[in-house]
Amino acid sequence: MCAFLIDLQQHLFLQYALLTGALASVACGVIGAFVLVKRITYIAGGIAHSVLGGMGLALFLQKNGHWEAVTPLHGAVAAAILSALIIGVVSLRAKQREDTVIGALWAVGMAVGVLFISRTPGYNTDLMSYLFGNILMVSTRELWFLVGLDVVVVAAGLAFYNQFVAVCFDGEFAALRGLKVDFFYLLLLCLTALTTVVLAMVVGLVMVIALLTLPTAIAEFFSKTLARMMVLSCVLCFGFTSAGLAVSYGPDLPVGATTILIAGAAYLTMIVVKRLALPGSIGP
Amino acid sequence: MAAERVNHPAIDVENLTVSFGSKPALLDVSITIEAGLAVGVIGPNGAGKSTLIKAILGFVKPDFGKVRILGIPADQARGLVAYVPQRGAVDWDYPITVEEVAMMGRYGHIPWWKDPGLEDKEQVQNALKMVRMSEFRHRQIGRLSGGQQQRVFMARALAQGADVLLLDEPFAGVDAATERAILDVLDRAKRAGRTLVVVHHDLATAAEYFDFLILIKQRLFAYGRPELVLNPELLSEVYEGRLRVFADLSGARASR
Ligand SMILES: Nc1ncnc2c1ncn2[C@@H]1O[C@H](COP(=O)(O)OP(=O)(O)O)[C@@H](O)[C@H]1O
Ligand SMILES: [Mg+2]
Repeated sequence: MCAFLIDLQQHLFLQYALLTGALASVACGVIGAFVLVKRITYIAGGIAHSVLGGMGLALFLQKNGHWEAVTPLHGAVAAAILSALIIGVVSLRAKQREDTVIGALWAVGMAVGVLFISRTPGYNTDLMSYLFGNILMVSTRELWFLVGLDVVVVAAGLAFYNQFVAVCFDGEFAALRGLKVDFFYLLLLCLTALTTVVLAMVVGLVMVIALLTLPTAIAEFFSKTLARMMVLSCVLCFGFTSAGLAVSYGPDLPVGATTILIAGAAYLTMIVVKRLALPGSIGP
Repeated sequence: MAAERVNHPAIDVENLTVSFGSKPALLDVSITIEAGLAVGVIGPNGAGKSTLIKAILGFVKPDFGKVRILGIPADQARGLVAYVPQRGAVDWDYPITVEEVAMMGRYGHIPWWKDPGLEDKEQVQNALKMVRMSEFRHRQIGRLSGGQQQRVFMARALAQGADVLLLDEPFAGVDAATERAILDVLDRAKRAGRTLVVVHHDLATAAEYFDFLILIKQRLFAYGRPELVLNPELLSEVYEGRLRVFADLSGARASR
C-alpha cells in the first residue's frame, strides 16, 4: 500500500490508471443508476460482450490491414452502439424475442472478436487484456478518448435527467405526458453502451457488469432519490477502482479481478448488514 | 342537438373494437360521455375495463373505431387527459420521492432544458395537499402504505391540471382514510367541472359515487343512470351469477 502511494507519484502509468478509474466512476454513477432502476443489466451485459467483435476487427484492420488510425477502442465504440441499437429496436418491436437476440449478439460478438484476434500477431496478450482489463497499459491517446466518451455520456445523462427518470419509472405515463419514450430508451441504451466501453478499460469486458451494478446497488440502499444514488455510486465506484489498483499493486495481482472482488465483498457486507439491521433503520 | 355539437362531449367512443392477438377485448363499443359527469365503469374481471381506459388514452391501438377527447382524436389529445393507473404497475424500490412522482404530472409543461418553475411547484403542492399527502412529500415511495401510494398517483394526475380524469380501480384494496381522500378529490374535481371516468369493482357503492355507470363485458351492456344499469337481470347476465351482492345492492356496503 505504501509502495503504491510512493510509486503513484513517480509513475505516469499509475496516474493514468487512477484517472481511468475516476473517468469510469463518473460514467458508472450516472448511467449505472438508470441501468439498475430500468432493470436492463442483462442488456448491458450483452452489449459489453459483443464489443469484443468490434475490438477484434479493429485490431485486425490496424495490424494486418495497415489502417493505422483505427484502434480497438474505436472498434469497441462502434460495436457497442451497433448492438445497443439492434437490441433496442428488437425490444421495442418484438418484446418476446429480446433475450434471444441479446444471447445471440453476446456470443456472436465474442466469436467474431476471437476469430479476428487469432489472425493477428500478439494474439494472447491482446485477447486477455480486452477480456480482463488492461488499466495499467492505458496510453495518453486512449485516456483522451475516454475523457471524450465520459463527457458525452455524463452530459447527455444529466441534460436528460428528468426524461430518463420518467421513462425508467413509468414509461406509459411518460408517453401520456408527451415524452418520446422510445427515443429516450434507445438513447439510454447507447449511453449504456458507451459506458460499458469505458468500464471495460478498467476491468475488461467480462467483468463490466459487476462494476456497473455493484456500486449502484449499494448506493440504492442509502438513497431515496436517483440523484443521490448517482453521486454515491460514483464515489463508491472510484473507491473500488482505486482500492483495486492499490491492493493488487504490491503482490502483482490482476487489477480488474481484484477490483471486482473488493466491490463484491462490499456488496455482500451491505446485504448482511441490511439483514441484521432492523428494516427501515438504515438510510434516509 | 346543434348546441351539443358545438360543445364537444368530453369523451366520444365510436364502434371501438380492440383485440390482443385473435382475442377481442372490446367489441363494437360506442359511448358518449358529456363533460362534467362522474362515470363509473363496472364489469367482471377481464371484461375489458382497463382496455377501455387505455384505448381512451391512446395507449392501445384499436382494430376498428374512433375515440375523441373534447372533439380531438385520442392520439393527438394526450395532454388533455390525466390518468391514474391500476395500482402495482411500478417498481416500489425506485429511488424517488413522493414530490418527484407528483412532479411527473407537470412534464409536458416543462421543456427538457428547464427545471420546474414556480407554477409547476405550486400545482404539485396543491395536488399533494388535496390528497392529504403534503407531510410525506420527501418520503421514498416504497415507504408508504398501499393507500398512500395510490394517493401519490392521484396527485400526479391532479398536478397535470387536465379536464378529463381517468382512474383505473382507485379504490381497490385501499384503507378507509384513502377512500375518503379519493372521494373528496373526485367530488372537488367534479365541482370544478372536470369529467371523471372511474373503473370501479364495488357495485354496492357504485350508485352512490357516480352519476352514470357503464356496464361492460367485451360489449357494452348498459350505459345510463345507476338505477337503470344496476338491474338484477342485467347484472346476473353479465356476471353469470358470480356475484353475491345482488341481494343487498340497495342495502349496506358489500363486505369486500
Ligand atoms: N397487453 C395485453 N396483452 C394480451 N392480452 C391482454 C392485454 N391486456 C389485456 N388483455 C386481455 O384482454 C382482456 C381484458 O383485459 P382488461 O381490460 O385488463 O380487463 P379488466 O380491466 O376489465 O379486468 C383480458 O382477457 C386480458 O387477458
Ligand atoms: Mg383492469
